[in-house]
Amino acid sequence: MSTDRREFLARSGKLLLLTGAAQVAFEAVLRGEPEAAPNYKIADHWWAMTIDIEKCIGCGNCVRACKEENDVPREPFYFRTWVERYHVPDGEIERPQVDSPNGGYDGFPEKYRAGDGSKNFFVPKLCNHCAHSPCVQVCPVGATFESPDGVVLVDKTYCLGCRYCVQACPYGCRYIDPRTETVDKCSLCYHRITKGLTTACCETCPTEARVLGDLKNPKDPIHEFLRTHKVQVLKPQMATGSKAYYNGLDGSVR
Amino acid sequence: MGDLFGHRGHLVRVAALFAAGLVAFFILRVLFVPEGFGVYGHFRAGAIEENRVRPVTFAGRAACVECHSDVPEAMKGGRHAAIRCEACHGPLAGHAGDPAEKKAVRPDSKVLCARCHAANVARPAGFPQVEPAEHSAGEACTTCHAAHKPGLGEGGTK
Repeated sequence: MSTDRREFLARSGKLLLLTGAAQVAFEAVLRGEPEAAPNYKIADHWWAMTIDIEKCIGCGNCVRACKEENDVPREPFYFRTWVERYHVPDGEIERPQVDSPNGGYDGFPEKYRAGDGSKNFFVPKLCNHCAHSPCVQVCPVGATFESPDGVVLVDKTYCLGCRYCVQACPYGCRYIDPRTETVDKCSLCYHRITKGLTTACCETCPTEARVLGDLKNPKDPIHEFLRTHKVQVLKPQMATGSKAYYNGLDGSVR
Repeated sequence: MGDLFGHRGHLVRVAALFAAGLVAFFILRVLFVPEGFGVYGHFRAGAIEENRVRPVTFAGRAACVECHSDVPEAMKGGRHAAIRCEACHGPLAGHAGDPAEKKAVRPDSKVLCARCHAANVARPAGFPQVEPAEHSAGEACTTCHAAHKPGLGEGGTK
C-alpha cells in the first residue's frame, strides 16, 4: 500500500489534532456508514413488536419460520422465539403450569381437558428489544448493543462466549450457538426489516397475533394498536424498557 | 533561576518520557481498538451493517403477488384473506429468485390445516377448531374445502 505525501500529511494532521476516538468517529462520519445504506436511515426508526395473546393459536409457525430464516440449530432445541402454553387451574394465577414442547416447533398436542375450570392460552416469547437492556449492560467487550434504531444486536466477530448476557437476560432470550460458541438471539430480523420486509415470525403468523411496528413512523398502525388496547410488557418491575407489547397478558405470565 | 536551568536535564527527561508514553498510547490504541468502535456507543459500528447483509429466506407477500396475482383475488373476502403466502407454503425466497429451478411444493393439507385448526383448549374459544379424526376421518381437507377461501357458502367450499 503506497501513501503519497498529501495523504500522509492529512492523516498525521488528523492524528495530532483529534484524539484517537474522535479520529475514528470522524472517519466513520466521512464514510457515512451505515446511514449511507440505500433507502434506510437508521435514525428514522425505532422498532417494536405487538403481541396479541387473544389471537395466538399456538400453531408454531413463528418458531419454524424463525429457525429457517435465521439458521437457528434445529436440534438440540435452541430458540430465538418460542411459544409457551399456560394452564391456570381455578384462577390460581400464582401457580400456572407452563409447558413448551420443543418450543412449539411441532405444535401443542392436546393435554388439558375442556371445561375443567382452568384458563388456557398461548404466549409467544422473543427478545423484548429493551431500550435499557440488562444483557447489553453486562457485556464486557461491547459485543452486544442497542442499535440506534432500537434493536438489540450481537457482534459475532467480537463475542467471547462468556455467557454473562445469557444469565443477565430476565426473559431467557439468549443461547450459546454450539457451532460457534458465541451468543445468538433474536435480531428482530434486522436483515429483513432494514430492507422493508417484516420479520419472519410476523410474515408467517396466520392470525396477525404478532405485528412489527416502527414507533418513529407516525403512520404505523402500531400507534393505533397501543392506543386502543390495554397492553403490558413482561416483568415491568425490572424497568428494562421492553418494546414487546402484549395485549391480553394474564397476571400468571412470567 | 539559574538553578532551574541548571537542572533542565531532569525536565527534558520527564517531558521525553511523557511524549514517548503518549506516542505508545496512540500506537496501541490504533492497534487494539477496532474500526468504528465508539461511533454510536460501546460497540463496533460495522456490526450493524454485518447484521444487515444476510440474505432473506422468506420472500414476503409482495414478491409472491408479482407473479401469482390471481391468488389474492381468489382469497378476497375469505377468512384466509389476510394470511401471507409463506405462512402455509413455507419459505420461498429461492423460488422467487429463480422460479424455473426452485419449485414450490404443495403442502399436505392433513398436516397443514391441523396445525391451526386441530381442537386445543388453549386456542381462543372463537377460533374454528375440529377434531381431525372425527371431522374428516383421514380425508384430505382440500377434498371439501378450498384452502385459499375456506368456509361455507359464497363459493368458499369446493
